[in-house]
Amino acid sequence: MTEVKDARGLLCPEPVLMAKGEIDRLGSGTFQIVVNTAAARDNIARLAKNQKWDLSIEQLGEEFFLTLKK
Amino acid sequence: MTGAVVAALALVLVRLGNPPNMGYCIACFLRDVAGGLGLHRANTVQYIRPEILGLVLGGFLTSLSTREYRALGGSSPLPRFVLAFFAMIGMLVFLGCPLRMILRLSAGDLNALVGLAGLVGGVAIGILFIRKGFSLGRATAQNKSSGYIFPAITLALLVLLLARPAYIFFSEQGPGSMHAPLLASLAAGVIFGALAQRSRLCLVGGLRDFILFRDFYLLSGFVAILLVALAGNLALGSFNPGFENQPIAHSDGLWNFLGLALAGFASVLLGGCPLRQLISASEGNTDSVITVIGLIAGAAFAHNFGLAASARGVPAAGQIAVLIGFAVVLTVAFFNSNAFSKQGGAEQ
Repeated sequence: MTEVKDARGLLCPEPVLMAKGEIDRLGSGTFQIVVNTAAARDNIARLAKNQKWDLSIEQLGEEFFLTLKK
Repeated sequence: MTGAVVAALALVLVRLGNPPNMGYCIACFLRDVAGGLGLHRANTVQYIRPEILGLVLGGFLTSLSTREYRALGGSSPLPRFVLAFFAMIGMLVFLGCPLRMILRLSAGDLNALVGLAGLVGGVAIGILFIRKGFSLGRATAQNKSSGYIFPAITLALLVLLLARPAYIFFSEQGPGSMHAPLLASLAAGVIFGALAQRSRLCLVGGLRDFILFRDFYLLSGFVAILLVALAGNLALGSFNPGFENQPIAHSDGLWNFLGLALAGFASVLLGGCPLRQLISASEGNTDSVITVIGLIAGAAFAHNFGLAASARGVPAAGQIAVLIGFAVVLTVAFFNSNAFSKQGGAEQ
């Protein structure tokens, strides 16, 4: 069971900070983070790329579920 | 890419009649809009700038077409108003938003370099609080129509601008009287709004992300504006390096530094520079709308109470207002950081 971090409704840079916090805390593994703006989605995608984590994105309604894996 | 186009548009707008080094300036233009509506009576800076209206409409239509439009709100509206109010005071003491700071720098105005140093310092202070858990809390979904109010107000302003009724002010002298033809300004605004929506260009965000994450994406837009505008100014012969006699600027280093430091500090807490706030407001974020209203209110107060700087320098009242601004922004930052205050910050 992967944990889902909730970054809905948070403005930049908080969603990215939340994702970065998980990346630093886990080191490797899998986690999910949910956001509801395209800006937050793109920012976390860029972070994942910079940190070399794999990313998959699933859109449900107006929310984006990002799964990061390393 | 966006940065390069913005720089080119800014140079073209100045050629077509906008004030020097002010092809685009979100702070100055919001101030002019406030003046056009008679919210302040400084008769040199009154004009409902079509660039602002175009920016909002361009951002709104683009966000609709990309399905990124979201009606959101409820993330500390009143603190945002206050932060924006003092951010504007800081910018009008410097005489420009972060965007105009770059344009001034590209034309050789070295006072802008002092402003840039201040901006970086202000952003760094804001980041200290972000690292201590600063947050203005979550925005939640609002009724979809709430997000349409801001574009509707913008359309109404466009009607007033075109109809020119007697109660709308148009400067006959000073920077407010200098403007490119309405349609050119409006078109440039729409293009800029569409590009800024797509790229999420943010000048404060560029510095912030670089300092926080070593992420160069937003900062690259910042650098592109500077380089293209610099090349343009060199080619057009409008590059005049120096501190003295720069257009619509003063050379009081301390207040240039502190003005943009205050603006940078408040903008980081708000999540973006005035440009980004306008785009975010057009995408349906009603908290950003409150922020824009705070900016406009700050501009109105700055001119009604003689706080804004001019080429002659920064009035004493403006200096005091900047110091009060630092105290207020620090207080807001403190009480919304969960490291310092149990109520502050978002739940993690």
